[in-house]
Amino acid sequence: MTAATETAQQSFVLLRLGERRFALPASQVAELVAPSRVFRFPHKSPALEGVILRRGRMIALCDIAERLIGKRLDTRRFNLLATRKYERQLDWIAIPVSGECELISAEMMDASSNDSPHVDGWISHDGEVIEVLRLSALTPGPVETLLPAPLRDFAEARS
Amino acid sequence: MNFPPAEKSQPPRTEQIILFRVSGQTFAISSASVQEVRSVDNIAGMARDLPESHLKKVRHSIRRGDRTLYIVNAAIHFGLQPQPASLVFFLRRTRTALLIDGIEKMTTMTRLQALSHAFQGEERNWYRGLTALDQAVVPVVHPEGFLSLEELTLLETAQTSADTRSASSDNHGAQLQ
Repeated sequence: MTAATETAQQSFVLLRLGERRFALPASQVAELVAPSRVFRFPHKSPALEGVILRRGRMIALCDIAERLIGKRLDTRRFNLLATRKYERQLDWIAIPVSGECELISAEMMDASSNDSPHVDGWISHDGEVIEVLRLSALTPGPVETLLPAPLRDFAEARS
Repeated sequence: MNFPPAEKSQPPRTEQIILFRVSGQTFAISSASVQEVRSVDNIAGMARDLPESHLKKVRHSIRRGDRTLYIVNAAIHFGLQPQPASLVFFLRRTRTALLIDGIEKMTTMTRLQALSHAFQGEERNWYRGLTALDQAVVPVVHPEGFLSLEELTLLETAQTSADTRSASSDNHGAQLQ
C-alpha cells in the first residue's frame, strides 16, 4: 500500500438496519450499548422517541430506520451512541440498530449532487457499496445549510 | 517554597424542586417558582369563566390582588389526556396558575442537563432541561413556558370581553377544568 492510499483510508463503523448496512465515520461514534429503558415525556419532535440514560447523561433516541429502510426496526439489538455537531456544540444521539457493528477502514467516495441529502459518501466493503450517513440530515436539529462538499470542507477547516 | 492554598472542593449546586404529576407523567419545577399551592376546590369559587378564550388550555382566570392570572390546564398544554385536576400552582413572576393532578414529593436536583438540540419543537420553551432522579429522567418545566406573549395578548382580549359581560351578569364560581 502506498502512502497516498494510506492517507485516503478512513475508519467507519458499519451498522445494520434490517437487511441493510450503512456506515458512519468512526470519529462520530462514541459507543455501542445494549438497549435500555426509554424515558418518554411530552414533546413536539416526532422523530424522537425520548431519551435514554447512559452514565448520567441523557441522550435523545432517534430511530432512523424508517427513513432509511422504510420501516421501523422489528428488533433492536443495540443503541449506537453517536455525536452530532450543532453549530459549535457537540451533542449525543442514540440510534437503535438491529445487529452487531463493525469497525472497518475504507476509502470514501464523496456523494454527488444526485444523492439524497443524508448520503455523505460511499464506501466499498466486501463487495457491497455502502452509504456513509450524514447524521445532520437524518436526525432533527437546527436547520443547517448543506454546502457542496468542497465548501463544507472549507467551512469545517475554518471552524 | 510556598504552595498555594489547597482549593476547597465546591459543593455541587443544588436546587429544590417539586415533582408533580399530570396525566400520569411526572414533571419537576423549581420550588422557588411556586408561590402558592391551593386545592382546586379551594379556588373554584373565585375562578371566572373565559368563554371567548381561543386557547383550549385556558378556560378560566382568577383575580389575585391587582393582577389577573390565567388558569392553564397542564395536561392540555402538554398534549396529554386531561384528568380531573386537584391542585393549582400559582407561579411566581408569571400570570400562570397551573392545574395539575398532584404533587409527588419535594426533592433536590444537583444537575440540570440542557435539552438536546435534537429537540426542536415547542418543548424548547416548555422545559429548562432534564434531570435524572433515582435512575429516572424528569423534565424540569420553565415557569414562563406555559403562556407565550401572543397567548397572553389573546387572553387579555378574552378577559376584557368577559369583564364587560360580568358587568351585567355575575359569572364567578366556575367549575375548573
